[in-house]
Amino acid sequence: MVKIKSLEELKRIKEQAQNSVSLRVKGDNIENMIQIRVAMATCGIASGAREVMNEFVEALGEEKIDNAVVTQTGCMGYCYAEPTIELTMPGKDPIIYGYVDKAKVHEIIDKTIKHGELIDGIINSQHKTIE
Amino acid sequence: MADYKFHILVCGGTGCQSSNSHEIMEALKQNVADAGMAEDCKVLMTGCFGFCEQGPIVKMLPDNTFYTSVKPEDAAEIVAEHIVKGRKVQRLLYVDPENEEHVSDAKHMEFYKKQMRIALRNCGFIDPENIDEYIARDGYAALAKCLTEMTPEEVIEEMKKSGLRGRGGAGFPTGLKWQFARGYKSDVKYVVCNADEGDPGAFMDRSILEGDPNSVIEAMAICGYAIGAKYGRVYIRAEYPLAIDRLSIAINQAREYGLLGDNILGTDFCFDIELMFGAGAFVCGEETALIHSMEGQRGEPTTKPPFPAESGFWNQPTNVNNVETWANVPVIFLKGADWFRSIGTEKSPGTKVFALAGKINNVGLIEVPMGTTLREVIYEIGGGIKNGKKFKAVQTGGPSGGCLTEKDLDTPIDFDNLVAKGSMMGSGGMIVMDEDDCMPAVAKFYLEFTQEESCGKCTPCRVGTTRLSELLTDITNGKGTLQHLEELKRLSEVIRDTALCGLGQTAPNPVLSTLRTFEDEYIAHVTEKTCPAGKCQALLKYEIIADACKGCTLCARNCPVGAISGTVKNPHVIDQSKCIKCGVCMNNCRFNAIVRH
Amino acid sequence: MGCNENGADREKYAELDQFIASLPTTKGELIRVLHRAQGIFGYLPKEVQVYVAKKLDLPVSKVYGVVSFYSFFTMKPKGKYDVSVCLGTACYVRGADKILEALTKKLGIGVGDTTEDAKFSLRTLRCVGACGLAPVVMINNKVYGRVTPDMVEGIIAECE
Repeated sequence: MVKIKSLEELKRIKEQAQNSVSLRVKGDNIENMIQIRVAMATCGIASGAREVMNEFVEALGEEKIDNAVVTQTGCMGYCYAEPTIELTMPGKDPIIYGYVDKAKVHEIIDKTIKHGELIDGIINSQHKTIE
Repeated sequence: MADYKFHILVCGGTGCQSSNSHEIMEALKQNVADAGMAEDCKVLMTGCFGFCEQGPIVKMLPDNTFYTSVKPEDAAEIVAEHIVKGRKVQRLLYVDPENEEHVSDAKHMEFYKKQMRIALRNCGFIDPENIDEYIARDGYAALAKCLTEMTPEEVIEEMKKSGLRGRGGAGFPTGLKWQFARGYKSDVKYVVCNADEGDPGAFMDRSILEGDPNSVIEAMAICGYAIGAKYGRVYIRAEYPLAIDRLSIAINQAREYGLLGDNILGTDFCFDIELMFGAGAFVCGEETALIHSMEGQRGEPTTKPPFPAESGFWNQPTNVNNVETWANVPVIFLKGADWFRSIGTEKSPGTKVFALAGKINNVGLIEVPMGTTLREVIYEIGGGIKNGKKFKAVQTGGPSGGCLTEKDLDTPIDFDNLVAKGSMMGSGGMIVMDEDDCMPAVAKFYLEFTQEESCGKCTPCRVGTTRLSELLTDITNGKGTLQHLEELKRLSEVIRDTALCGLGQTAPNPVLSTLRTFEDEYIAHVTEKTCPAGKCQALLKYEIIADACKGCTLCARNCPVGAISGTVKNPHVIDQSKCIKCGVCMNNCRFNAIVRH
Repeated sequence: MGCNENGADREKYAELDQFIASLPTTKGELIRVLHRAQGIFGYLPKEVQVYVAKKLDLPVSKVYGVVSFYSFFTMKPKGKYDVSVCLGTACYVRGADKILEALTKKLGIGVGDTTEDAKFSLRTLRCVGACGLAPVVMINNKVYGRVTPDMVEGIIAECE
C-alpha cells in the first residue's frame, strides 16, 4: 500500500473504495432506489439477458445514475418477449419491458429512468412483483 | 465497471461464529463459484448484526434480504434460488411473531425499528479486515479534518460541546477528560483504550472491535492530537482472540497507509498504537488498576487524585476511554457536535449500546437513542419475555448496578435517571428476569462475582463482599433470620462508603436495590423459609399426594438417597430429613402425584 | 507435575528466551512474558515462574503475585480438552449452574481441576459474548450453545 500523505489522497482512496460498499449503501435504502430486475431463467439467458444486465450496469455507471440497482430474477412468465426486465421507480408500481436489447437499455435509461416517460415495449403494467 | 452485482454478508460476530458462520461463508463461496457467479457475487464476513437470537445471520444485497438461523447446508439453496433465480428463500426469512408474516428487510423488523446506530454504524456493514471499506464510509476523514482544519483546542471544544459522556459506566464528560490531559505538560503522554470488558453479560466493546476496529484507532489518533500524545495503547482481554486479530490487522493496515506512524497525512503529527493484553481481572476495568496492569503489575487500584490525566502510565499524563466512547468520536467530528446533541436527552446526548440478554425473546446487541424507555427496549425491540412468562426485573449496570422493576419501565434511559432509580448505566449489560428468578439468589450471584474479583487491597471490599456473600448464602439456604437482613443492609452501606475504588463502592448495589424493591421476597426466605420463585433448592419441599400415588415404587427406586419409603400399591412418603431436593422423583412420576412447594 | 530438564523442555525454555530477547525492553513486560510462557508451556508451574523471575530480574514473589492475581494464568496443567462453563449473567439466568453441576458430576472433578488421565479440565469463565446462545459451554475453542444438562453426556462423549 502507498502511504496517504494528504487529504486529497485520502479522498482519492475513498472514491476508489466507494464502489465496494455502494451496493450495500443502496441496499440499506432500497425503497428509494430505482430497481431493475432482469429475468434470468434459461430462456432469458438464451435470448441475451446477461448482456442486457451488463449493459444496464455499465450504462448506469456511465450516466452516473447512482440511485439505481440492477439485480436478476427468475422467469417472469413472458417467455415470448425475452429478454424481459421489471422496472420499479421509487413509490411506483413495477412495469415490465419485453424484447429488451442493448439499444432498448439506453432508451429505457434516457426516457423512463431519467424523465419518467413510458416507452414502447411495456408488456404488462398490472404486474405484481415476485418475491 | 467490474463491480459485483450482489454482496452476501455473513455475520462474523462471536455468537454467529459459534454457530458455524465460517462454514456458512465457505459453503456460500463454493456454491457461488460452482454457479459460475464468482465475478458477480461477493461473499464476505462482517461484524455483528446484533440480532444474535436469530443467528447465524446472512444478509443479501442489494435487495437487503435478511436471512436468519442459516445453516451451512442452506448455502446451496440460497445461491440457486436467491442469486441465480432471484427468488427469496421464504423459509429462512424472519417471521414476525405478531402476525406470522415473513419479513425480508431488517428495517421492518420490530427489533431494528427503534434502533439508531452510531457506535455500531459499520458493524455488519463493512468488512472489518479491509481498511478501504472503512475509508469508503468516511473513515479517517474526521482525523483529516482535525489535523488540517482544527487546532487541538478546537478539537477539545468540539468534544465538550457534543456532551459525549464515557460509555464505560460512570458517564464522565469525555471532552473534559481530554482537556485535563492536555493541561498537564509532558513530552510523553499516552492515549489508552480500555477494552477490558469484564461485565458478565456485556459484549458491545468486543463487537465494536470485531466489527469496526478502525473507528477506535481513528478516535484514539484524534485524541492524541488533541491532548498532545504520541503513544496509544489498547488494553484488551486476552480472552477475546477474534477482536485481537481484527484489531491487529486494522493497526497494520493503518500503518501501511501512514494513518498511524510519523507525519500522518503529511502533517507533523505522529501517533502509533500498541496492543497490551489483560489477563482476566474485572477490577482492571477501573482506570488506575488498568494502568498498573499495563505496567506488568497486579491490577490493583490506587486512590485518585492523582488522576491518570496527571500521572498515569509510567507516571505520565494518560487519557483512558472505553471502546464504545471511542467509536462515537469520529462521527461527532464528521457530523458536528450540534448534530450529536440533537440525539438523546439533554444531559446524556447520543445513543447507548446495550447487550440485551436473559429471559427475553430477542437476545442481541442493540443501540438506541438515550431517553428510550425500558419498556420500548424490552417489549418492542426485545419482543417481550420468553415463553410468555411474567416480567419481574431488569438488571442494568452489571455487578455494580441494580434491578429495575415494572414501575420503572417508562423511565427514559440515561445516565442520571438510572442512578436516580438505584441502578446505573454501567457498560450496558441489560439482563431481563422473569417470575422464575429469585432475587436474593441473583444478588448472591453478583456478590460471588465481586468477591471473587475483589483485588484484596482494601478491607471493606475484600472482607465485606465475602461477608455479604455468606449472608446471602445463608438466606438462600434457609438459614437466614431477620437479623441477616439488617446486617446485609448495614454492611452494604459501610462498604459503599469506605471501599477504595469503584468496584468496591458499587459492589453492594445489587443487594441494596433488590432489598429495596423485593423486600417481601427476602422476608419470605428468612421467616417462612420459602423461595417464592421456586429457585432456591434448599427451600423447596417435595411431597407425595397420597390420593394420587398409585404405589408404583418408581420414585423410591430412583431416589438417589433412599428418602422415599412405601410398599407396592400403597402411597409412598418422602422423608424430609433425608431429601436432597434433587427433583428426580417428580420428574419420574407418571401420575403427577409429587408436588414441589 | 514438574518440568524435567529433558530435550522438549530445553526447547521450550529456548523459545521463551528468544521471545524475551526480542523485547525492546523488559520494563513492565512481565504480563506479556507470562502470556507467552503459558502459550509455550501450557501452564505456569513453579519452575517456569522462577525462571521468568530470574530472566526479568524480579523477585519470584512478584511473579507469583501476578500469576495468582489474574484468572487467565493457571498453575495447573490443563486437560487435553479444556472445558469451560460460562457463568456470565445471561448464562446464569438461563441455567448455567445446572450445566456446571452436570459436568462436575460427569467428569468427577471440581472447578479448576484436571482429570487423572489429563484428558479433561474444568473451569468457569465470565461471558464469552455469545449471550444469544446461553447457556454456553466452551471446549478448547469450540462453543456449544443452548446447552441443557441432558446434553452434557453427549458433548463429553464427542471428545472421547
